Amino acid sequence: MPRPHLLVGTRKGLFALHADAKRRKWSIEGPHFLGQVVNHAVLDPRDGRTVVAAVKAGHLGHTVYRSEDRGATWKEAARPPAFDKAEGGEGETVNHVFWLTPGPAKQPGRWYAGTSPAGLFSSDDGGRTWQGVDGFNKHPDRRKWIGPPGDGPPDGQTMHSVNIDPFDPDHLYIGLSAGGVFETRDRGGTWAPLNRGVAADFLPDPDAAYGHDPHCLRVHPKVRDVVYQQNHCGIYRLERAANRWTRIGDNMPRDVGDIGFPMVLHPRDPKTAWVFPMDGGTVWPRMPIGGKPTAYVTRDAGKTWKRQDKGLPPAHGWFTVKRQAMTQDSLDPVGLYFGTTSGEVWCSFDEGESWQCLCLHLPHIYSVESALVS
Amino acid sequence: MKVVLPSPLASYTANRREVEAEGASLAELLADLDRRYPGLRFRVIDEQDAIRPHIRIFVNKTLAPSLDRPLAPGDEVLVVAALSGG
Repeated sequence: MPRPHLLVGTRKGLFALHADAKRRKWSIEGPHFLGQVVNHAVLDPRDGRTVVAAVKAGHLGHTVYRSEDRGATWKEAARPPAFDKAEGGEGETVNHVFWLTPGPAKQPGRWYAGTSPAGLFSSDDGGRTWQGVDGFNKHPDRRKWIGPPGDGPPDGQTMHSVNIDPFDPDHLYIGLSAGGVFETRDRGGTWAPLNRGVAADFLPDPDAAYGHDPHCLRVHPKVRDVVYQQNHCGIYRLERAANRWTRIGDNMPRDVGDIGFPMVLHPRDPKTAWVFPMDGGTVWPRMPIGGKPTAYVTRDAGKTWKRQDKGLPPAHGWFTVKRQAMTQDSLDPVGLYFGTTSGEVWCSFDEGESWQCLCLHLPHIYSVESALVS
Repeated sequence: MKVVLPSPLASYTANRREVEAEGASLAELLADLDRRYPGLRFRVIDEQDAIRPHIRIFVNKTLAPSLDRPLAPGDEVLVVAALSGG
């Protein structure tokens, strides 16, 4: 019987949460890489045992670790993601790997990594060695897309949300914070922005081609050409025939708004998605509105939204759920999981109708990823 | 020559804080260290061959600003993990 296996990346290490098949009993294991930032750790769904983790210590440069036994033992990448050495000393340096994505089923061993500053890297040997995707990293417009050095979110410019089209392994979507959504149809050789219809109230041109700030981009795994994003300026859905994003967050309650970081899709139903709204007013507190954390779900592709806060703190829940820190399993009913900046992991086994806390007192949580294991 | 390493690098050297390495410059010394302890160099030297922001390297107690620093037999190299926040 498949059972969920969660990988929780935190500011001070990596933890794993194991469930039984009924998702009733959970155990926690770790920390791995104690004291080091783990931005993201992902179990490869193609073999169910390889884990790749993005790791950075405060004093040291970043690196990538990989495990072939689901985290029992680890080996460091022989060549972590790094930009090419530039002549004259003006080259860029990868500060940290922010995002990891296993490649498509027909390309075993392939992985993608998004970094800060925003760069795209790939591996064809299960994460042992990494090379830059030159079509992006050396694109003549890349600097215009990602902005000048030092711009971007507090932890630096990031490439995140590396999504592979499940129907075309050469078609990738990426998110740049800030910079916008971009796509390639030739496995990274050429790129085009994909931001029509997306607001960017911090840009002077309302119809700018890029410069937007996607927080989390998700491509539906089963239904072709259905894409959602939680953006700095709203919640959007895209069907590629239209090629223009629709702001489905306009249908959220006005007193809640449609600002947040994560976005989670139902693994089968393309009209069902979850968000976790944050306060984007005044100085952008980035916390639950009024200190009342809640998820919202749509089951009709964003026409209507329903509040889901049963079991969550009714007041004084002052935490943030980061863009990589909310996910789902593919069981029926779908299990939902999120981690907080205050070190709590919450779960729901009825698709968000009720929530329970799985564990407390972990470090600041950066990411939560789930996989089904036997 | 003797190289003293900080605790964040202990996982590369089986917890040895003092190791031996050779080289006529810091660049060569770091290359030799990486041969002996694979992966160590990248954690302290970035892809542009710059010493990473929270690492300091001293040769005979004098700060070395770059990998060009020549070395002589008998020099002592001290790698320090400088302050980096909480």
